[in-house]
Amino acid sequence: MADAAPPSKSRDLDKLLLRPGNLVGPSFEPGVQLRDDLQEYAKVLVVGAGGLGCELLKDLALSGFKNLEVIDMDRIEVTNLNRQFLFRLEDVGKPKAEVAAKRVMERVSGVNIVPHFCRIEDKDIEFYSDFNIIALGLDSIEARSYINAVACSFLEYDSDDNPREETMKPMVDGGTEGFKGHARVIVPGVTPCFECTIWLFPPQVKFPLCTLAETPRNAAHCIEYAHLIKWDEVHSGKAFDPDNPDHMKWVYDEAVKRAELFGIQGVTYSLTQGVVKNIIPAIASTNAIISAACALETLKIASGCSKTLSNYLTYNGVEGLHTKVTEFVKDKDCLVCGPGVLVELDTTVTLQKFIDMLEEHPKLLMSKASITYRGKNLYMQAPPVLEEMTRSNLSLPLYDLMDKVPKDILHVTGTINKDNKKSSGLRKLRVIFKGIDGVTDMDMAGGA
Amino acid sequence: MAEPKTKYDRQLRIWGEQGQAALEKASICLLNCGPTGSETLKNLVLGGVGSITIVDGSKVELGDLGNNFMVDESSLGQSKAKCVCSFLQELNDAVKAKFIEEYPEALIDTNPSFFSQFTLVVATQLVEESMVKLDRICREANVMLIFARSYGLTGLVRISVKEHAVIESKPDHFLDDLRLNNPWPELRGFAEAIDLNVQDPVAHKHIPYVVILVKMADEWIKSHGGSLPSTREEKREFKELLKARMVAMDEDNYKEAIDASFKVFAPRGISSDLQQIIIDSCAEVASNSSDFWVMVAALKEFIANEGGGEAPLEGSIPDMTSSTEHYVNLQKIYQAKSEADFLVIEKRVRNILKKIGRDPNSIPKATIKSFCKNARKLKVCRYRLIEDEYNNPSLPELQKYLTDEDYSIAVGFYILLRAVDRYAANFNSFPGQFDGGMDEDISRLKTTAVGLLNDFGCNGLTLTEDLINEMCRFGAAELHAVAAFIGGIASQEVIKLITKQFVPMSGTYVFNGIDHKSQLLSLY
Repeated sequence: MADAAPPSKSRDLDKLLLRPGNLVGPSFEPGVQLRDDLQEYAKVLVVGAGGLGCELLKDLALSGFKNLEVIDMDRIEVTNLNRQFLFRLEDVGKPKAEVAAKRVMERVSGVNIVPHFCRIEDKDIEFYSDFNIIALGLDSIEARSYINAVACSFLEYDSDDNPREETMKPMVDGGTEGFKGHARVIVPGVTPCFECTIWLFPPQVKFPLCTLAETPRNAAHCIEYAHLIKWDEVHSGKAFDPDNPDHMKWVYDEAVKRAELFGIQGVTYSLTQGVVKNIIPAIASTNAIISAACALETLKIASGCSKTLSNYLTYNGVEGLHTKVTEFVKDKDCLVCGPGVLVELDTTVTLQKFIDMLEEHPKLLMSKASITYRGKNLYMQAPPVLEEMTRSNLSLPLYDLMDKVPKDILHVTGTINKDNKKSSGLRKLRVIFKGIDGVTDMDMAGGA
Repeated sequence: MAEPKTKYDRQLRIWGEQGQAALEKASICLLNCGPTGSETLKNLVLGGVGSITIVDGSKVELGDLGNNFMVDESSLGQSKAKCVCSFLQELNDAVKAKFIEEYPEALIDTNPSFFSQFTLVVATQLVEESMVKLDRICREANVMLIFARSYGLTGLVRISVKEHAVIESKPDHFLDDLRLNNPWPELRGFAEAIDLNVQDPVAHKHIPYVVILVKMADEWIKSHGGSLPSTREEKREFKELLKARMVAMDEDNYKEAIDASFKVFAPRGISSDLQQIIIDSCAEVASNSSDFWVMVAALKEFIANEGGGEAPLEGSIPDMTSSTEHYVNLQKIYQAKSEADFLVIEKRVRNILKKIGRDPNSIPKATIKSFCKNARKLKVCRYRLIEDEYNNPSLPELQKYLTDEDYSIAVGFYILLRAVDRYAANFNSFPGQFDGGMDEDISRLKTTAVGLLNDFGCNGLTLTEDLINEMCRFGAAELHAVAAFIGGIASQEVIKLITKQFVPMSGTYVFNGIDHKSQLLSLY
């Protein structure tokens, strides 16, 4: 009979990391070295410290990772406590990232978690390049889109337009709503990125204003009338704040009046909050399921100890239990994970002129652009100190600012104006200067 | 607003006050508090279940610190049940948490009546022999039972309850109950009073599509010998007629009418699912019948008599383009019919109760009302005893799964999860549980699995070498991420069972952590 191994905290994980197998990833090299490298070198960023983020931090800390960071701009609220298990009533009002990091470190010795209490856009791109894997526990499409663009911006293509493996920044992404959720793996250049399959997240349907104003039929119509029309009529200039209880009460009272006027039933305070704040119901169990799937995939990507999810898992527990894996395909023309938008320029074009051009470019439509080249800030719109420092570059030719390299990658961040909607975004550009030796027509073939 | 309500706001929006009250009344027993059990309970404690009792006889070892968040360095050497219990209590002080330091296997053998005090038992990481015994005990005591097990990159979840009837199944997509294929006199009368040819364009585009369809269907019937459109050609023609009535391109009400015209053509009567329920032998009620079946018996009578083949009207209508006045009046007409149907059923329920010798008022009005509203969506789930499934799994199903590419890994794990228990009964450890001797473990597990398949009568079918190797590599490891997944699923099903809302899973859920092609196996 075989001997029992000496006691180890890694008792269970060791079975997977130390033993060879046949149903594993292509890069799998089992052994103590793998386990130690995972602990020492693998760095994972968890984006969001909410329902999914709390679970992810716990799951990753107990899956062999020791270097974690977490970023979240929110503070703890009472309504988080039914699922965000790292928070207690006395934590209400404190930054989520900080409390979550502290609680996990208290319980799992040896794990180091660095919290970042800020917006994801507050960090420069280089911050994100530091991580081996980015795990997303978010509830907004915009935030997912942003991180996706950042991770994809690191992707470089070789001269045959094949993605270079060492520049791929894998992501795992989870999302839940009530008894439903999804978990997915994104390897830029290999799997579809978030933007390739953006159609999976259709925009929320809004009520037509004429319905609200003229023919309300249900409680939600009355609430949105008070929130979107009546508020502005009465409080000219004062913005509605959904987190202000007085504002919410006012909307509720107005909605009740309107419902009475039209003989409509069903306006409650709870519904008013739900409609105005677009509250998505959330429970502990669904978050646990989805985060666990994401954490398991993170472990598999980092270690190769098993195959990985390819590439989209959906869970639905409403009627029975359904889990399904779908293999979505990449959009080869994707502006975000593709080789980058091709821009041809004369060597005389100044940085200012280039920035103006981005606003008009049909594939970019980006205003207020900040420009970085190989980690160097060429022009920054904010903060004021940086703006001042980089302002003098505006009048210089971009060609000179890019060290007279005839063809290279630039990163631009700014406001994207698409379909009358503004969102912050990041785009990768392939800049080619015309009339420079070494640039042939061949290089420009296959441009995006 | 009171604190607890705010805390539970995001879940009250799913299961409401009634669901929450059911959770708060429930007492849950957990067997074994490794990560699978601890994570299951964590999700339930956060949601606010009434009480938890943790049964585990083991002490915390170093290895537990690597896979269980509910224990830490200070727990080493202490009772695992005690440590997990005290951490869980921290999460929600409204929950009554206690622990019993005893091995579940011992309790099953020596004190079976212990389990009858609980609403539901969550049994984690039990081997086959104990599962079978516990299942019999809980079935006898009418206690709900759910098994959860994590094993390397696989695992399973299985519910065992004699019968679980759901009134509020809350399906995501369910056809509304408008009766456009069979309008009752009041609805017809309402439609008649509205002129489709009204001159005012604003009024014209604010006639609700329900009215348009009722009137147009009536017109059709008159010119087609009393029958509705039935052939494809007729249906197309009907839609053309609707289109011809539009006076402007922006008339959303007519667009809605065209999209909803299939509701006019839909066959009358109840669905086959509901038919199954009313012909169930339980619908022949006796004095010991459950309230649910008493109401089904009343429903059956209603369908055969007043309902004219239909279930009671649900009473709510979807939003649609309409003037406020028309919409509100339409709502009232649907509500009135729904209320009338309810009163008939209520009377029948009271009569049946009297007939079977029970208090005619023993079923509350609100319950009957909810039953009527949800009559088309009723669900009855029944679960075979584990022992029956294990001794006698449905062979055709098993063979189908084994040869289906999408199912082969999941069913392979199902067989191997049973094989490792048989293995452990013979060799006192799980295959690959200890380092060294892996080759021997692999060949023994293979022999065991083949023996199991032969016992089922599945001669000739085999599992792949790769999967058997993989099972030995797992060595009964309980990985945290897998345990959190399995525990998440288990807690979700517990919530559905306790709140009696939504539909719990049927069959055995087998987790496949290799490529996530997990499956629900129905071996009934």
